[in-house]
Amino acid sequence: MTTTTEQLSATTLLRFATAGSVDDGKSTLVGRLLHDSKSVLTDQLEAVALASTNRGQEAPDLALLTDGLRAEREQGITIDVAYRYFATTRRRFILADTPGHVQYTRNMVTGASTAELAVVLVDARNGVVEQTRRHAAVAALLRVPHVVLAVNKMDLVEYAEPVFAAIAEEFTAYAASLGVPEITAIPISALAGDNVVEPSAHMDWYGGPTVLEHLETVPVSHDLTACHARFPVQYVIRPQTAEHPDYRGYAGQIAAGVFRVGETVSVLPSGRTTTIEGIDALGESVDIAWAPQSVTIRLADDIDVSRGDLLAPADDAPAITQDVEATVCHVADRPLTVGQRVLLKHTTRTVKAIVKDIPSRLTLDDLSQHPAPGQLVANDIGRVVVRTAEPLALDAYADSRRTGSFLLIDPADGTTLTAGMAGASFTAATDAAADADAAAEDAEWDF
Amino acid sequence: MSTVATVPEGTVNPYALSHLDSLESEAVHIFREVAGEFERPVILFSGGKDSILMLHLALKAFAPAPIPFTLLHVDTGHNFPEVLEYRDRTVEKHGLRLHVASVQEYIDAGKLRERPDGTRNPLQTVPLTEAIQQHRFDAVFGGGRRDEEKARAKERVFSLRDEFSQWDPRRQRPELWQLYNGRHAAGEHVRVFPISNWTELDVWQYIEREGIELPEIYFAHDREVFNRSGMWLTAGDWGGPKDHETVETRQVRYRTVGDMSCTGAVDSDATTLDAVITEIAASRLTERGATRADDKMSEAAMEDRKREGYF
Repeated sequence: MTTTTEQLSATTLLRFATAGSVDDGKSTLVGRLLHDSKSVLTDQLEAVALASTNRGQEAPDLALLTDGLRAEREQGITIDVAYRYFATTRRRFILADTPGHVQYTRNMVTGASTAELAVVLVDARNGVVEQTRRHAAVAALLRVPHVVLAVNKMDLVEYAEPVFAAIAEEFTAYAASLGVPEITAIPISALAGDNVVEPSAHMDWYGGPTVLEHLETVPVSHDLTACHARFPVQYVIRPQTAEHPDYRGYAGQIAAGVFRVGETVSVLPSGRTTTIEGIDALGESVDIAWAPQSVTIRLADDIDVSRGDLLAPADDAPAITQDVEATVCHVADRPLTVGQRVLLKHTTRTVKAIVKDIPSRLTLDDLSQHPAPGQLVANDIGRVVVRTAEPLALDAYADSRRTGSFLLIDPADGTTLTAGMAGASFTAATDAAADADAAAEDAEWDF
Repeated sequence: MSTVATVPEGTVNPYALSHLDSLESEAVHIFREVAGEFERPVILFSGGKDSILMLHLALKAFAPAPIPFTLLHVDTGHNFPEVLEYRDRTVEKHGLRLHVASVQEYIDAGKLRERPDGTRNPLQTVPLTEAIQQHRFDAVFGGGRRDEEKARAKERVFSLRDEFSQWDPRRQRPELWQLYNGRHAAGEHVRVFPISNWTELDVWQYIEREGIELPEIYFAHDREVFNRSGMWLTAGDWGGPKDHETVETRQVRYRTVGDMSCTGAVDSDATTLDAVITEIAASRLTERGATRADDKMSEAAMEDRKREGYF
């Protein structure tokens, strides 16, 4: 194997999302990241140039690179989330490019659900506006670990430091109050290329990284030993062949934390306890495995385990509940109403459920709450109480994005109605405050 | 309490996964979700690198048990002989069951008409959708990748198709976290794309890492080709070259494998996996731009075919 291959393989993967409203230059920023990282190839540029000429445009319209659907090109708007791929020598990137128009909330929730970093764009001339607060709130709600504030169009405010500093300060204070753990503010001009890939020659006062540099270096791996270990069982592997007559393995992707051979685990929701006899990591026997590896776990005792069960350390198992309290984002065009019968999909388990209550709806603009709205419509964020027909091993979303999230599905036609996050919605500003308020949280809504 | 403590910068995290391990784990998760939730899944298998990669991932996902899926090949009748040989050998080796839907049979029966340009890729849609209905497949794995084409960049991992196999890009289900919604009515099915998030380079690096065997046409070899619209097409019974086109022998290889009438070769001296990876990393053309005539038919060619039921 040559060094070229080894260098290319040794990279890590960062999944991130962009958020921005219509005219703040998101397409230009995305276009510049793709273009300057040489991820737009000659034939794609030629196709864009040809299409632009056919439309009578003088210069190639780079939005055509990213607007993939006929309707998007016809209307000149981005309808749906698109995923884009680019790479540098240091890292691979999967970008969830979320449109900024009216359907923003569900689109940004979709993009942010798998993102480890969100880029929020602000127009330097306008500063922090309602839309910016909405983006910050969604990033906080979805618990995206890193947020980048890109203050764009610095060229239009004469690259003035005080303009940037004021916006950065206002945004950081707001986002921190929502519990966004890490915020990096970068002054840029996507159009002129300042601080996107190359450092700006116009802003000597800025000593931080460019957008790309930050994306390349932000830590994406977490200290898994601090996480509650969780393993949703996806599928039972029983070859029943001459070669493997007694093999019985539980296949799944580790949702959080670390599992070791010899460890005592509980099978939920039944609560039976056994030990891990072996871990097979896609054909290789290992002593230890961690999130998000897909593995097969073999247990010492022959107990009843099937798809939908959850393995967790016996001394660190989640609570079992049939009453789910959660913050949700409603993503379907038809509403969600009190009394509605739904399916709830949590990890690998789908159960019948009923919407018992919708205590409040959140206005993202000012984070005010409207009590008892009766229903949630498309793009609404609110609190719901759901009763399930079977017990669930559910974590708080704050503790695990993977085992604290769920979908509500219409049983009639399978429509995905609602994206749910169990437990409290926004992170409290400090852990101390969270502990103090822990008792109160059950009684009142925390937004 | 937040348990997602970030590892301080500059320290080595023993739990970091390489990008290939992340992509592999995600794809395996998707295969197992389908096995857990569907009755009759099938893998579209053409003998091309993406479907070979899918098969490899499926084998790993269910080891030591055999994969719980059958295979389906839509045979355009204009396939590369080396690829058909590879297909049959692979099926045999892993004890798999292969369904073949034949475009030629549809043409011979008068159910499909040959296009004036001789291109058969768009003709695959009808045999594909009818095979899905006939065998009542409820999940159909495809090797489509979002980096291939701008309409594919909009595709979900789980893509619901109606009883006519149609894709409606404006009515897609939002796809959140790793919670894939495979609910569908009788007659509908779900197209599943486990390698959505892989790029062409990822595919090649993984093939090298795992030592996966590929058909010979992916590596540089001397071949009789002729030039049509800037692409090197293989001469053959399918109808090329025409009178004004001249055949010459060139050292070429293929970046994609499809119907011979519209899949072009590229000039190359890459005879090893390593050389192929180096070549792709330096290429200024996308895989489809370099080698697929059918995508150049119109700006929305792929979207239009996907709407009709193409994978």
